Amino acid sequence: MRPVSSWGRLSAAPHDVVELTNRDSIARDIVGRGPGIAHGMGRSYGDSCLNPDGVLWTTTGLDRFIGFDQQTGRLTCESGVLLRDIQRLSIPRGWMLPVVPGTQLVTVGGAIANDVHGKNHHQTGTFGDHVLGLRLVRTDGEIVDCGPDLRSDWFAATVGGIGLTGLIAEAELQLRRTVGPWLEAETVAYSGLDEFFRLSDTSHPEWEHTVSWIDCTSTGELRGLFMRAKPAAGIDRPLPADRRIAMPLTPPFSLVNRLTLRPLNSFYYGLGKWRTGRQIVPYQPFLYPLDGILDWNRMYGPLGFFQYQCVVPERDAVREMLDAISRSGEGSVLAVLKTFGGQRPSGLLSFPMPGVTLALDFRNHARTAFLFERLDAIVSAAGGRLYLAKDARMKRPMFEAAYPRLAEFAAFRDPGMSSAMSRRLMGS
Amino acid sequence: MDSRNRIVVVGATSAIAEHCCRLWLQGAAAQLTLVARDAAKVERIAADLRVRSPASTIDVVTMDFLDTAAIRQLAQSSGAAGPIDIVLIAHGVLSVQATCESDLAACREALEVNAVSPALFAEAFAGELAKVGKGTICIIGSVAGDRGRKANYVYGSSKGLLSRYAEGMEHRFAGTGVRIVLAKPGPTDTPMAAALKAQGRRLASVEGVARDIVRAIAKGKPVVYAPWQWQWIMMIVRHLPRFVFNRLNI
Repeated sequence: MRPVSSWGRLSAAPHDVVELTNRDSIARDIVGRGPGIAHGMGRSYGDSCLNPDGVLWTTTGLDRFIGFDQQTGRLTCESGVLLRDIQRLSIPRGWMLPVVPGTQLVTVGGAIANDVHGKNHHQTGTFGDHVLGLRLVRTDGEIVDCGPDLRSDWFAATVGGIGLTGLIAEAELQLRRTVGPWLEAETVAYSGLDEFFRLSDTSHPEWEHTVSWIDCTSTGELRGLFMRAKPAAGIDRPLPADRRIAMPLTPPFSLVNRLTLRPLNSFYYGLGKWRTGRQIVPYQPFLYPLDGILDWNRMYGPLGFFQYQCVVPERDAVREMLDAISRSGEGSVLAVLKTFGGQRPSGLLSFPMPGVTLALDFRNHARTAFLFERLDAIVSAAGGRLYLAKDARMKRPMFEAAYPRLAEFAAFRDPGMSSAMSRRLMGS
Repeated sequence: MDSRNRIVVVGATSAIAEHCCRLWLQGAAAQLTLVARDAAKVERIAADLRVRSPASTIDVVTMDFLDTAAIRQLAQSSGAAGPIDIVLIAHGVLSVQATCESDLAACREALEVNAVSPALFAEAFAGELAKVGKGTICIIGSVAGDRGRKANYVYGSSKGLLSRYAEGMEHRFAGTGVRIVLAKPGPTDTPMAAALKAQGRRLASVEGVARDIVRAIAKGKPVVYAPWQWQWIMMIVRHLPRFVFNRLNI
C-alpha cells in the first residue's frame, strides 16, 4: 500500500499499486485482483484515476512502441507510452499527433480513456477520433480488440469511458502529416465576451489552434488574451533546448489566494499584452503551456485544488458564470475559454459538445464549495456538462442528466473496474 | 565500413539495460545485439527499439546464461563480426534473503545468476576486446556490493564479486584501449525492485540511472554510482566501525 494522489492533490489515500510491465501477461496480472482501476501519469485532476484502499494498475511500465509505418503514419504502441515520446519520435519523421491536450505528459491510455481534446478541437475533434483500434483486457481475462469499424460499440464505450470497460493495453493511432515543429502564433488582447466570440468565429477557419485566457477577476468589462496558431512551414532553425523549471516543494498554503489573485492575473495580462502580435514559436510552449513548470500543481498548497471545466451550448451561460465567479471573489489564474467544433465525439461519455468550454482552477477552500453549487446550477440549466477528467465533486443527478448515453454505456462496464469516481457517479 | 557503434547488451530485458539502449539509439543509430533468457520479452523490446531507431540494426539472441560454451560462442561470433564498442552486462535478480538462507538451491541460483554468470560473460567478452585492444565493458553491480548486510548479503556478495572482478579486469587492461566500467545503482524504480517500492522505499528513476551509466560508459569512468549521492552514502557505510555497524538493522 502506498499513498497516491491525482493531479488536484485533494487526497493521498493508500492504494495497492500493481505495476504492469508486460503487455502479453496483463490478463494474468489483473484477473481476480480487482476491483481496481488503471492509472497512468495521474494527470486527471479528480478521482477518475483513484481507488482508495483498493488496487491501482499502473501502466507507465507499458511504454513500448510496437510499430510505426512511416508511409501511412500509423503508429501502434502500448498504452503507457507518453504523448511526449510519440511527438519526439514522429515529428522529425514528418508526422505528429493530431490531437494533444495542454500537457504532453499523459499516457496514450489516459488520452483515450478521457477522450481528451486540444486547442484544435474545432478542426480535428478529439483524441478518440484518431484511434484506429485498441486492445482492451477485461478483468475476467477476455481480450477485446475494437475500433471504429471493429466491434464499434465496445470502442465507443471505451473512448472516454474513464477506464471502466477494461484495461486499455495497446492502441493504434493515425498520426497526421506535419510541416515541422514550428507554429505561427498570434496573441490578441481583447475586452468583453462579445469580442471573444467574434475572434473565435473569425479565427476558426484559418487558425488550427485557438484558445483564450481570461482575467476572471476583472470587474466590469472582461479582459483576456486570445491566442491562435497554425503550422509554420519552411522554418529551418534549431529548436531551443528543453528548459524547464520545477516547483521544488509544496508551500504550506496556497500561493493562489485572495491577496495574490488579482496581481497574478494583472501580471499575466500585462505580460501577454506586451507580447501581442505574430511570431514564430516552437510547438511545445504553445501547445503545452502546463508543461512549462513541472509540478505546478503544488502551488495550491497542501490542500490541493479543484479544476472546474464545463461546456455549455449557449454563450449567455458563460457570461453568467463569469459574473458569479467575479462576485465570489474566488478565482483562478488559469482561466481558459475555448469554442468547440460541431463534431459528434467518438465516445458515449466523451465531454465535448458544440458550444463553449470554460476551465478554471480553484484552491480547495470552504468558500469555493458555494461557488461550485452556483456554477453547477448555471451549467445544468444551460444543458451543459462537466469534464470527468477534471471532476472531483459533481453530484450523481447532474452527471446523469448531462451524459444522456450513460444507459448505453452501462452494458459495457467491466465489473472488476471501479474508481472513486465510478462509485460516486454510477454507484459501483 | 559501417560507422555505427556495435553494442552487445547481456540481460537486455532488465529495465536499466532497456533504458540505456533507448538513450544510445536516441543519440545515433547503432548495431545492437540484445541477449536475454526470455524470448517474448526481448522481442517486445527489440520491436520498440526498431520503431525508435529505424536506422539501427537490432539482433536478438536468447540463451542459457550459465552455459559456458554458449557464452564463449556468443562472444566469439560477436567479435568475429567486427570490433565491439560496448558490452553492457546487466542481468540480475533481487533475491529474497530469507529464502536463500533456508533454501540452498535458491541461494545457489541467486549467486549464479548475479555473480557467476555476469563474470563469465565479462571474461568471454574481455578476450574479444583484448584482441582488438579497444572497447568498453560495463558491468552493472550495486551499492549493495559495497558492504555485506544481514538484509541482503546473498545479493550483496554477488554484486561484491562483480566489483572485485571489474577491479581486476581494470588492472589487467590498464594502459590499453579497453575500458572496464562498474556501475553501482542504488535502489531503482524497476520491476525488480517492486517489493521495495511497495514498502514505501524511495527509488531512483530508471531513466536517470540509465543516463548516468551511459555517460560513464562514454567517458570510460571505472566506477559510477547512480545516482551519484550513493558514492558518499556508501563511503560512510563502508567505514562504519563494526561495533556501530553490527548494531544497525539494515
